[in-house]
Amino acid sequence: MMKVLVTVKEVAEVEEDFVLDGTRIDDRFLEYDLNEWDDYAIETAVQLAEAGDDVEVVSATIGPERCEETIRMALAKGVDRGIRVWDDTLASVDLLDVNAKTEIFNAIIAEEEPDLILTGVQAHDDSFGATGVSVADAAGYEWAAVVNALDLDADAGVAHVRRELEGGVEELTDVELPAVLTIQTGINEPRYASLRGIRMAQRKEIAQQTLDDLGLDEGAVESQITLTDMYEPESESDVELFEGDADAAAASLASVLREKGVGAQ
Amino acid sequence: MSDVLAVVDHRRGQLRDISFELISAGADLAADLGGSLHVAVISGDVEKFATELDREGVDTVYTVAHGEEFNHDVYVQAIEALFDELAPTAILMPNSVNGLDYAPAVANRLSLPLVTDAIGISYNETLSVAREMYGSKVETTVDVATEPFAVTIRGAEWPQAKGNGSAPVEPFEVSIDESAVRSTVTGFEEVGGGDVDITDADILVSVGRGIEDEENIELIEELAAALGATLSSSRPIVDNGWLPKNRQVGQSGKVVTPDIYLAVGISGAVQHVAGMKGSDTIIAINTDPNAPIFDIADYGIVGDLFDVVPVLIDEFSS
Ligand SMILES: Cc1cc2nc3c(=O)[nH]c(=O)nc-3n(C[C@H](O)[C@H](O)[C@H](O)COP(=O)(O)OP(=O)(O)OC[C@H]3O[C@@H](n4cnc5c(N)ncnc54)[C@H](O)[C@@H]3O)c2cc1C
Ligand SMILES: Nc1ncnc2c1ncn2[C@@H]1O[C@H](COP(=O)(O)O)[C@@H](O)[C@H]1O
Repeated sequence: MMKVLVTVKEVAEVEEDFVLDGTRIDDRFLEYDLNEWDDYAIETAVQLAEAGDDVEVVSATIGPERCEETIRMALAKGVDRGIRVWDDTLASVDLLDVNAKTEIFNAIIAEEEPDLILTGVQAHDDSFGATGVSVADAAGYEWAAVVNALDLDADAGVAHVRRELEGGVEELTDVELPAVLTIQTGINEPRYASLRGIRMAQRKEIAQQTLDDLGLDEGAVESQITLTDMYEPESESDVELFEGDADAAAASLASVLREKGVGAQ
Repeated sequence: MSDVLAVVDHRRGQLRDISFELISAGADLAADLGGSLHVAVISGDVEKFATELDREGVDTVYTVAHGEEFNHDVYVQAIEALFDELAPTAILMPNSVNGLDYAPAVANRLSLPLVTDAIGISYNETLSVAREMYGSKVETTVDVATEPFAVTIRGAEWPQAKGNGSAPVEPFEVSIDESAVRSTVTGFEEVGGGDVDITDADILVSVGRGIEDEENIELIEELAAALGATLSSSRPIVDNGWLPKNRQVGQSGKVVTPDIYLAVGISGAVQHVAGMKGSDTIIAINTDPNAPIFDIADYGIVGDLFDVVPVLIDEFSS
């Protein structure tokens, strides 16, 4: 029997037009979706379950009730059950930092004792790029960050992975289990949930947990880091925008390109 | 006290550029804190590295000789020992792929608050860090209430430290607990080779997720052909298997510097920009006026690529 825990985050994407409201963006301008990197992590886990005899895949999220939809999506893709952590204390935290998430996931790990934990490399919205490795260290698991290929030898207790470094170089690494791997996009081809999967997901369990249930108090999620300002980035260039309808704009662009010698042969 | 410990990055015998950016960021922060800048280099040819690292602003270079290549278990133990010895206020680390692999563990091990991917750092009684959110659409300031703290910095945001320093080199002995080293690097492999070399092209037409479907790639191929350009792409196009890896521009793909870079349906995420910001002329076509690609573009069209691209093709085919 092997257990795989996948952390799954619902992330917010800012719409094309938005206004800032202090240090936040109003819900009206946000679209929520499953974090792209976590989709690949889910697929990795589900493929392990399909290839193995007795593999359970559990997904965990920290987030409000709205996130149930995202977790359901993971369940529809083949995850066996979900855990969602939220309560009033968490709702009142302005910025849930890496240390706070680490405390929460560590409590779940103590309870679940997974053999393998998969997270995304980063969350698209706050992009700490840190949760997986921090959790690994806290739980006493080994780890590898930015994994784009996995060959698991559960019997030998080793994950043979590739870490995607910069500039088209990959590092081949052997990681002892239990381990946390942070999954990079492109490692596989995430599936779409099938109708049957979606139906089955309705019957799967999503356990609600509070900090109290996990044996944590407020102090565990008290952050030393506060968000004090949010603003639109300054442009580094003076971009010249070609106005008008598509025909006019494309014609203006074409003449700039011609000036630069494009299509001159 | 009030010192900064900056940990540099190297791979396969070479210090990486971000090492010298860490020195710049570290020297500024040390000046604000009124302390010294200690630079640590771990594993590899540390003596050679130490000579190269002795630039302006560096007070001491600590070398930890242990193995050739990066291993996060070794790094975490070495930094832990350096932290115990030097009691710095700040640990600065790179937000490189290796930084992603050890910085969070260092922060956890030492119970430090961690701010990642900084693009600006200032200290005035407390630490303030500038960083981006929502795929570079907004910038934020975060304040850190307690000291010491750990920060990772984004590449190419600080200048590379120059000049010659006169910092002493201190070999630092760490007895690494080998039983806690539970991962082993067995090799490296170069990927993304093949028949096309996008780094050679004078004109690149680059396609991103805005293209929506594999079958639409053809449209951009047509545009590239009409312009006499080479086709490249952002990462999702390669992740989806719509184009081969050798077409990918960016941090984990190729760094390109063509005369003209035309980004079609590409948002301009930092890891993409890392691979193309050195292009002479950058042009973007994107429906989203707030897409970060427009922050670095010279020319742009805020519009639907499916409307604009066919007209452009026509312009150059007739
Ligand atoms: C460790 C690491 C390494 C990475 N390495 C790389 C790398 O090497 N290269 C890379 O590119 N990325 C890399 N990434 C991924 C990067 O973070 C982004 O996810 C990626 O660059 C986004 O690609 P995109 O701009 O094509 O897609 P998106 O960000 O989804 O942007 C699509 C854009 O298309 C626009 N659009 C949509 N429809 C239309 C239309 N009809 N007409 C015009 N515009 C339209 C949208 O407004 C949007 O701006 C890396 C990430 C990590 C964590
Ligand atoms: N609130 C959350 N709920 C579930 N998983 C999370 C949460 N925050 C972060 N993670 C996981 O950690 C990964 C990295 O996130 P981050 O360190 O915030 O960039 C994500 O891809 C998720 O797998």
